[in-house]
Amino acid sequence: MGLESKLINDGFFTTTVDAMAAWARESSVWPMPMGISCCAIEMMASGDPKYDISRFGSEVMRFTPRQCDLMIVAGTVTYKMAHVVKKIFDQMPEPKWVIAMGACTSTGGMYRSYNVVQGIDQFLPVDIYAAGCPPRPENLLNALMQIQDKIGKTRVKDFPDPPHTSIDEKQGELSLSKN
Amino acid sequence: MQKLTKDDVHPKIVQALLGTNVHITIDDALENEMILNMGPQHPATHGVLRLLLRLDGETVIACVPELGYLHRGYEKMAENMSYLEFIPHTDRLDYISPPANNVAYALAVEKLAGITAPPRAQYIRMLLAELARMCSHLVAIGALAMDVGALTVFLWGLREREKILDFFDVICGARFTTSYTRIGGVASDVTSDTMKNIISFIDQFEEKFDEMERLLNGNRIFIERLEGVGVINKEDAIDLGFTGPNIRASGVEFDLRRATPYLFYNEMDFNIPVYTEGDCLARYFVRADELRESAKIVRQVIDKIPNGEVMLNSPKKVLPRKTEIYTKMEELIHDFMIVNFGINPPVGEVYHAVENPKGVLGFYIVSKGEGHPWKMKIRSPSFANIQAIPHLVKGQMISDVVAIVGSIDPIMGEADK
Amino acid sequence: MKELLKDKLTGQFTTVQFEFIEQFDELTLKFDKSAIVNVCAFLKDEDGLKFNFCEDVTAIDWATRKNRFTVVYHIFSMENKFRLCLKVDVDESECSVESVSSIWKAANWAEREAYDMYGIIFLNHPDLRRMYMPEEFEYHPLRKEYPLMGIPGAIPLPKK
Ligand code: SF4
Repeated sequence: MGLESKLINDGFFTTTVDAMAAWARESSVWPMPMGISCCAIEMMASGDPKYDISRFGSEVMRFTPRQCDLMIVAGTVTYKMAHVVKKIFDQMPEPKWVIAMGACTSTGGMYRSYNVVQGIDQFLPVDIYAAGCPPRPENLLNALMQIQDKIGKTRVKDFPDPPHTSIDEKQGELSLSKN
Repeated sequence: MQKLTKDDVHPKIVQALLGTNVHITIDDALENEMILNMGPQHPATHGVLRLLLRLDGETVIACVPELGYLHRGYEKMAENMSYLEFIPHTDRLDYISPPANNVAYALAVEKLAGITAPPRAQYIRMLLAELARMCSHLVAIGALAMDVGALTVFLWGLREREKILDFFDVICGARFTTSYTRIGGVASDVTSDTMKNIISFIDQFEEKFDEMERLLNGNRIFIERLEGVGVINKEDAIDLGFTGPNIRASGVEFDLRRATPYLFYNEMDFNIPVYTEGDCLARYFVRADELRESAKIVRQVIDKIPNGEVMLNSPKKVLPRKTEIYTKMEELIHDFMIVNFGINPPVGEVYHAVENPKGVLGFYIVSKGEGHPWKMKIRSPSFANIQAIPHLVKGQMISDVVAIVGSIDPIMGEADK
Repeated sequence: MKELLKDKLTGQFTTVQFEFIEQFDELTLKFDKSAIVNVCAFLKDEDGLKFNFCEDVTAIDWATRKNRFTVVYHIFSMENKFRLCLKVDVDESECSVESVSSIWKAANWAEREAYDMYGIIFLNHPDLRRMYMPEEFEYHPLRKEYPLMGIPGAIPLPKK
């Protein structure tokens, strides 16, 4: 691994705190399994002993949005459900990412009908679209690895809503200024 | 349960609860009932079922399920596509056991078109349907165990399910959404090697399932959380439209594989497990026994399967083989006509129901002689099963609600359609 | 079974016109909608018939016909292992039919679904709400005039 080979020479290496934090964030993505229909079963399968999502540090599926930083939207989103998905997404703390798993969430898929949202990007910022109906678990793992890459490259200044500004400023405590 | 009143609580606690806000006037803060919302995003509601519960303390007084969070408009879509195009959609009805839905749909359309698939195709359908039943019950038992707090069985169940999905992968080309049947047969043949592998899977499965059962049947927590919970008697079960393992747990011996035999089920030797208690534990036992029976049927099917074609030779109704389309003019024309204009069954109406893992799945098709149905209605088992939840949870503790929902095993894909 | 059914029904209901249709091994019974509750209660309780299991209630929209809708009931007798289909016509101008949910509880939700999808009112139904669509929704999606892709803006989406 990279780390040991660097340490073996002098016993230290240089980096920035930002990069270190990104590395830590990247390797323990906690997903919020927004399992709605068939794709949810494949998402479940990616956690089973055969595919084992814990190899990528993401087996901690939390059903409460407050503890997650990645939302996997797995399944057909109907208009009625869209409000629920949005509400849950809004409750997740920044920074957060979204995987649109499957054809349905990406484009409406095979459901060109009156009650299915034709692509969740109409109301959510999607980072990765996983293709397939359903995507095989390998494909979901691939999407996860890509999102890890993306997270690893993200620096604090890239956050749309930097975490320190979301601390309640009215109370006046802990109001770190951005500069 | 004894109700908690104001007198049981120290006045200081009540004081702290009410605070200094004098605008609130509550006769008794602890005497009032509460409305609790459960779902549609909840780990124990198996998808997007939403339950609104009215609680008195811990006891459920009333419950109203709300559906429609996964209403995808199947029936409208079916009116706008040909009979063949709808097959992939049937996969996503009960998405734990796609091949069983494929079979149900193909049988309904074949009844309407007046054709019968060749015997080998029917045996293959039976094989796939039973494997799907095993998949479904493995997930159902695992999820029930997980709902009441035992995770191991779930992971072991998924491990066995993966092995079945591998067979689907080999047979159908897709591990999950199989779309395997065609009108008049099945898409491709099953090789004898695959059948041998399935037999060896069944051999080891029975041992593995014994292991799983030992984990549950000797587990006091599991038994005590399910025994006597969510009881429904025979009359109510029939009246509320319960089907599948749920009704058989209430002492009704009702299984369409025996009542109105289809495919070759009347030549198979299997039992219908029936329990009379009608509680969550009985529903679990029925599923466990059915798993064994399904394994038995799979053995017999592979034992008895005849040789021959897997697609009917009927040019106006059934898709010709690909090799012939590429070499013969007539087949090419038939293929073109069927794909573009559909199979045009006669004018009429047909209802065909089969015994799916969750219960009775029926397709009601109205044809006006065109390439697409005039109307299609899907009678889904989970829809009727969910209807009984208010009846079952009434008077139970709130923590039993998850056990009851888990033991009913609803799938929202088919309940919402 | 079919003969017995015909005899019993015509014996019991002398004023109701029954039309028996046989197709694909299935028996369909067609009659006027005013008799639906009485006929259903009779079919459920009569010895020898005992249609105790209501599988499904749905409707068909014929779009251009005079009696625009047909309400269809599929009932099953567990004792005789026999399935029967009942049909009553409903016109658009008087778009209602008596509910059978007092006879079979299973019909409750099925009727709600038919109401949601076709707008047929089931009289004396204990709880006639929409089944799938939001309560504010103004249309009935399975009617033939409703477009497959829906009417844009009929159901709102959350803001981005
Ligand atoms: S993409 Fe396919 S498998 Fe996934 S939810 Fe949609 S229909 Fe189901």
